[in-house]
Amino acid sequence: MTSSRSETSQPSTTTKPARDSQASRGSRGFNTPSPAQTAARYLLLLLVLLLVVGPFLWQLSTSLKGPDEDVYTRTPSFLPEQLTFGNYGKVADTIPVWTYALNSLIVAAVCITGNVVGCTLAGYALARLRFRGAKLVLGLFLATLVLPGEVTIVSQYVLVRSLGLADSLAGVALPGAIAMLNVLLMRTAFAAVPLELDQAALVDGATVWQRLWHIGLPNVRGMLSVIVIFTFIGAWDDFLWPLIVLNDPQKYTLTVGLQYLNGTFSANPRLIAAGTMIAFLPIVVVFGVCQRFFFKGVEEGAVKG
Amino acid sequence: MTHRRWFTPWLLAGPALLWLAVFNLWPAVNTVILSFTNAKPLGGGQFTGLENYGRLLDDEQLADALLNSIVFMLVCLPLLTVLPLLLALLVQRKIPGITFFRTAFYTPVIASAVVVALIWGWVLDDRGLVNGMLQQSGLTDSPVSFLTDRWLLLFSAIALTVWKGLGYYMVIYLSALANVPRELHEAAAVDGASPLRRFWHVTLPGVRPTMMLISVLISVSALRVFSELYVLSHGQGGPGGRDMSVVMLIQMYSRGFNGHLGYASALSLMLFVITLGPMLLLMRLNRKAA
Repeated sequence: MTSSRSETSQPSTTTKPARDSQASRGSRGFNTPSPAQTAARYLLLLLVLLLVVGPFLWQLSTSLKGPDEDVYTRTPSFLPEQLTFGNYGKVADTIPVWTYALNSLIVAAVCITGNVVGCTLAGYALARLRFRGAKLVLGLFLATLVLPGEVTIVSQYVLVRSLGLADSLAGVALPGAIAMLNVLLMRTAFAAVPLELDQAALVDGATVWQRLWHIGLPNVRGMLSVIVIFTFIGAWDDFLWPLIVLNDPQKYTLTVGLQYLNGTFSANPRLIAAGTMIAFLPIVVVFGVCQRFFFKGVEEGAVKG
Repeated sequence: MTHRRWFTPWLLAGPALLWLAVFNLWPAVNTVILSFTNAKPLGGGQFTGLENYGRLLDDEQLADALLNSIVFMLVCLPLLTVLPLLLALLVQRKIPGITFFRTAFYTPVIASAVVVALIWGWVLDDRGLVNGMLQQSGLTDSPVSFLTDRWLLLFSAIALTVWKGLGYYMVIYLSALANVPRELHEAAAVDGASPLRRFWHVTLPGVRPTMMLISVLISVSALRVFSELYVLSHGQGGPGGRDMSVVMLIQMYSRGFNGHLGYASALSLMLFVITLGPMLLLMRLNRKAA
């Protein structure tokens, strides 16, 4: 559920650059930029970079400014004059921020496990096994995609409450533990594996399970890593659903906890900034490390099927 | 492919089917059922017919929320359809360091809306960065109340949404641009077409289907806005609660002593019907094109 609702759900498209050799191969005069054009391009890129990254840096800088340093000054200084990491300790005195981070991590771990296992199995069945009702099942999975998560959120809450899971991390994690979109993505990935491989294994007497494990899985690792990355991001970033399910401030996830900190109007901007960075930096690290897999897997998913 | 036992596929698809039924199909059905009752977070649940739907018609806060949604959509739609395309054209060419720029431009997409709203809440604060710079440069004498004025708050949330969405749609446009045949560009160049004319007559027609898809995605997500407005307004919905979105109303009625799950469900169904509009429009346009 998390991933189908959030903005960061998997783009089902490729980011492959237009033509790798575009600049070098072109005939003279066509699309060969002059040095001035290249310079202008870099200038524009840097300008956009400033607009995109600037606010993050400003927040980072605020989080590192000392208690005596005026953060409200009219001449903003990006470099903290009294560099300190004290705000990260102080935010933990105000709200149990590390507990919140752990809670977010638990939710993300449950969602990742559920999606990897559940979507792999179902995706394989839908892509590679013929059975009565397969078309209907596929149609139902597809139909859920037109239903925005917000539309069913009230009855999701009623359901989770009747399962006795209101105000618990299990209640936050469970509905999104198998996302319908990911089932469809895994189906597409499995469908792109050459059928001959499966047939050869079948001749050798391999069972369904052996074919899935030895032939299917090694060929869909790219898509699996995309699902892992985006499930993590979706669960870690999600706000509306945990906000509805959770009451007890000890059980908050990071996003809900940050809003709680922000809600106390007197809150110190340095502390809010430190809290924001605690929520933001893990995402940057995860994405930075995995972005190669992301772009590779995205290409894999782009096979039209 | 064959399998020995008839139930093998059902075993494999079992967990996903359970989730499909329990956490997707049943809540959809139950939303309809609940919308005809007076269910409260604490008790209630009698059938009340069309009462909730009647209430939709004279809910002033809902009227404000719908107006906000329309403004949100009308401003976001042109900006997020055009700006990411220009950005994609800017990062399309493989020049040294371009991977860094592409990844950097994608960063706001992966950040939580809460994180982004907290950052912008601080940047747009009465004593924040933007007001500091405005006053320093002498453009204003007193701080601009970006976060406490009904319309300025809405436009701040729109600015934040556009800023956060740029990278997402940029990636989609990049893949569309990769599929525009290079030969067309070359032929146009040989014929002496200027870059601007090539953009208009080659690039634009090439990405038109993607552009339509993107405008639908933007419209639907504008209707679903929640976190940005919620966090920027400290959960209050702006002055007099006039900056609520439909989803903020749903959240408000699903909790607490004043909660009304039946009414929240009616609101949800109304939201669903509205989001169907852009999607049906896209399907129709696609059929016409095909």
